[in-house]
Amino acid sequence: MLFSGKNGKNGKNGKNADVAGNGGIIEMRSLRKVYDTGAILVEALKGIELSVAREEFVAIVGPSGSGKSTLLNIVGCLDVATEGSYLLDGEEVAGMDLDQLADIRNRKVGFVFQSFNLLPHITAFENVEMPLLFQGVGARRRRERVEELFEQVGLSDRMHHRPVELSGGQMQRVAIARALACEPALILADEPTGNLDTTSGRDILGLFEDLAGKGHTLVLITHDMALAQRTRRIVRIQDGRVVEDRPTTQAA
Amino acid sequence: MARIGLIFKLFRRGAQIQRKRMAMTVAAIAWGTLSIVLLLSFGEGMKRSFSKGSKGLGEGIVVVWPGATSIAHAGFPQGRNLRFHPDDVALLRANIEELGEASGEMRRWGVNITYGRRALTKPVVGVETEYGELRNQIPQPGGRFLNRRDEAEKRRVAFLGNDLKDELFGDEDAIGKTILVHQVPFTVVGVMQKKIQMGTYGGPDANNVVIPLSTFRSMFGRRYLSDFVLRASNVDQNEILKRRLFEVLAAKYRFDPADERALQMWDTHESQQVTRNIAIGIQFFLGVIGGLTLLIGGVGVANIMYAVVKHRTKEIGVQMALGARRSYVLGPLVLESLSLTALGGAIGVGAGWAIVRGLAFLQTKANSDALEFMGAPTFSPGIAVTTVLLLGAIGFLAGYFPSRRAVAIQPAAALRYE
Repeated sequence: MLFSGKNGKNGKNGKNADVAGNGGIIEMRSLRKVYDTGAILVEALKGIELSVAREEFVAIVGPSGSGKSTLLNIVGCLDVATEGSYLLDGEEVAGMDLDQLADIRNRKVGFVFQSFNLLPHITAFENVEMPLLFQGVGARRRRERVEELFEQVGLSDRMHHRPVELSGGQMQRVAIARALACEPALILADEPTGNLDTTSGRDILGLFEDLAGKGHTLVLITHDMALAQRTRRIVRIQDGRVVEDRPTTQAA
Repeated sequence: MARIGLIFKLFRRGAQIQRKRMAMTVAAIAWGTLSIVLLLSFGEGMKRSFSKGSKGLGEGIVVVWPGATSIAHAGFPQGRNLRFHPDDVALLRANIEELGEASGEMRRWGVNITYGRRALTKPVVGVETEYGELRNQIPQPGGRFLNRRDEAEKRRVAFLGNDLKDELFGDEDAIGKTILVHQVPFTVVGVMQKKIQMGTYGGPDANNVVIPLSTFRSMFGRRYLSDFVLRASNVDQNEILKRRLFEVLAAKYRFDPADERALQMWDTHESQQVTRNIAIGIQFFLGVIGGLTLLIGGVGVANIMYAVVKHRTKEIGVQMALGARRSYVLGPLVLESLSLTALGGAIGVGAGWAIVRGLAFLQTKANSDALEFMGAPTFSPGIAVTTVLLLGAIGFLAGYFPSRRAVAIQPAAALRYE
């Protein structure tokens, strides 16, 4: 934890940093993303350089339209860059087909969305089980793992409820359990407290800090500076570029 | 295997189509299936009835009439009428090894037939023993067709067509009774079994009196045959048989074997092929109509699946974000569409089968010639296979195409969808 800020700087400043040896989780080089809207080309990312090392807790901030959602999509392999290189936990993502991207998301990335994105027709348990199912984990091992995860997020008594029967904070905890299911290299959270009241938001943030303390790599995307300050490093995006990259006071 | 299991599991968790829409679609598929099953069954019944009918005249037989020469040959001018002699049958037997059964036939119209006080005017035919076999004139139980001793001894015995028998005797038993044919007493030895006869030369067999050729000749003083009825020992050899007929008869009657007008022939094998092709054509046509009806049901399923996919775009995005490969999204959706089709198909096939059985039952009761000619609708394995394949293809396509687009985009786009 102590060197996380430094690692970030290394990533940003020295391109020859021994990334592979360090086991950097995110290594982005000259990343560009251009949307073809038909009439005009919109350049959402104009050459992003970003490194995130293992066990970092990073906030990516920026006003809307800055390209931070685009960056989130690419970091999470939900979309692919137009140009440039992106190594996720040592694997080059550029050039992967849709199924390879699905596999790498499954193995390496856990998502936490602002609107939870739980599947509404199945129980909380089944929601958490879903990524394990895709990975082909056997039924018994799946059950053990899911029960363990519910314990971890403190929702064991709500396992067999459907999402509509849960509160916002509970739903987000289910989503976090789901994100953790496959022990991903990276947890990617997009405004995770945006749809929650203050108490639940604080709850969820506590859970994230807990995870960070246990050595998970977390990337949080937000426009809430108060929230960002609780992480250890802030990367500010503006107009498709990284304009600021600094450790927070928490990092000290 | 594990993946197929996963797809089934995802299907079980995901399938939740709106009830009303689903019911309408299942009804559309059931209706389409019902119509294809019924149309094909009627076609099949008609095909079988046609085939039975075209065999009523005789299976694979060739009827040969004498014609007139159209080519001058061996000093004879063209336009000479030919006539067959009764001994020609023996000549053909001796010279054509492909020949199976054969019979000469003489025919006289408008003969007085009397039994008791009832008198009719009917055709009488004189034939040899093998004629019954050739022309599918099967005796009813208790009777027989003409035999060799009848022929050899010029017996006055008669084999009656079943309609003629009914006219003459009503419900009374005819076997062993004496009738007058041309004022000469004959003993009835057999009555023909009822048959469906589509082809005929000189009236339906059900209306004829059949007597031995030898008796016919001495009674009416006829010297020449009306025609021969022949069959090759193997149906495939009909063409050789017809060529050899020209050769052998041309040698005897001195006409050019290439003179096609000298002999007139009716090859029922050929006309049976034509009839069968017509029946297959009709069935195909009915099948196409049924298939189009079913296709409308398929469009309904596709429509529903489009709505389902659209409705679930975000869920699909979430699943993909969690690492679902394309097949994990496509598979359950295709299964959903297939299960809708299967449900509708099962209802349609069940209803179709029940109706076909019901109609067949009614037909046995109705005793109508028109219904009999149309044939009982028949549900055959071929129809079942056709229907299942069509339903399967429709279900698959109706599921695959709407879903294909949903998985061809990056999940980021699907997740943005509201």
